[in-house]
Amino acid sequence: MATEHALTPSSYIEHHLSFNSQSIGNGSFWSLHVDTLVMSVALGVITLGLIWWIARGATAGVPTKRQAFMELVFDFVDDQVKNIYHGDRHAFIAPAALTVFVWVLMMNAMDFLPVDWVAAAVSAIGGEHTKWRVVPTSDINTTFALALTVWFLMIFFAIKAKGLGGWIHELFCSPFGTNPLIWPANFLFNLIEYVSKPLSHSLRLFGNMYAGEVIFLLLGLWAATGVTGTIAGAILGAGWSIFHILIVALQAFIFMMLTVVYLAMAQESH
Amino acid sequence: MDINFTLVAQAIAFFVLIVFTMKFVWPPLLNAIETRQKEIADGLAAGEKGRAELEQSSKRASEALAEAKVKASEILALAEKRATQIVEDAKGTAKAEGDRIITGAKAEIEQEINRAKEGLRQQVSTLAIAGAEKILRKEIDAKAHAEILTAIANEL
Repeated sequence: MATEHALTPSSYIEHHLSFNSQSIGNGSFWSLHVDTLVMSVALGVITLGLIWWIARGATAGVPTKRQAFMELVFDFVDDQVKNIYHGDRHAFIAPAALTVFVWVLMMNAMDFLPVDWVAAAVSAIGGEHTKWRVVPTSDINTTFALALTVWFLMIFFAIKAKGLGGWIHELFCSPFGTNPLIWPANFLFNLIEYVSKPLSHSLRLFGNMYAGEVIFLLLGLWAATGVTGTIAGAILGAGWSIFHILIVALQAFIFMMLTVVYLAMAQESH
Repeated sequence: MDINFTLVAQAIAFFVLIVFTMKFVWPPLLNAIETRQKEIADGLAAGEKGRAELEQSSKRASEALAEAKVKASEILALAEKRATQIVEDAKGTAKAEGDRIITGAKAEIEQEINRAKEGLRQQVSTLAIAGAEKILRKEIDAKAHAEILTAIANEL
């Protein structure tokens, strides 16, 4: 693969790990990762549209196979939520959990697309130097956006369940007690909790997906060493793909569970 | 690791998707599943009810059967008793009838005997007269000796 561009392993990986970033204003914040946004919105629309299409034709009688499959997913999510949250879960938390699970699962699953096929397709469509990352969850913006949305929802539900005063009271008076002397300790404790929740929530998913992508790229580098290396890389890549099925599903599940746990915890009094 | 406006866009997309699921995806699925669950529960309850009814009616049937058996045996006993009675009655009637016939026959026989005796007495008296005629070798005035002859005949 010796070309005039002097393709080095680091330039290969860098190319694959660069976002299709478009500036929409001044400063580094005002830019958009078009690839992340297009992929995630397209996946969300396609997946949830499909589920919506199935749900619209749902019958209480003998279900079709696609409805039966959807009901399996539904029951799976509903059971998880039922065990954690004991309020009216059908109003918000359970649908939110289903959205998170399905959407994150689909975004994670983009990791299964062979990295160089995607690159080849993208360069065929948009030119050789077009950058395009297909796994939206390996973009910290996506996972952080999800975690922050959950975080805001968490605070919203906490205030809704306990009232603004009750929420502030809890910030200072739990978990250690109501004594004014330990208010700072309580507040510090809660502050750490409120900061660590979205961080651990988002970084866990991001780290797993990013690492998965990097390993695929490193295995792809074997192709530069010749035929034997290509075959070895293909076998290792297949192995990593198979193992990655577990990671993709597990991370989507963990992300959903944490969402449910955070939202459920917000509505419980300490 | 650059945080940029993508974050805001993704958060909006996420929220829209949640609302979409909440409004359009979750309710029909929940409705379908809950309706089916209710239908299945109703069906099971109906089955259970039917089973209980069957049990009860089979119990009732066996009760009725037992009652009928008791009644039948009662009727049988009654009939037997009645038959015995009829036989007894018939026996009594027959015995009375037999007795009556026997009595009648006995009376007839008595009468017959008496008649024969009467006939015999007459014949004997005739014979006695004839014998006496022969013995006396002369005619006997029947009228004159009629008194004696009658006496003899009566003695016989």
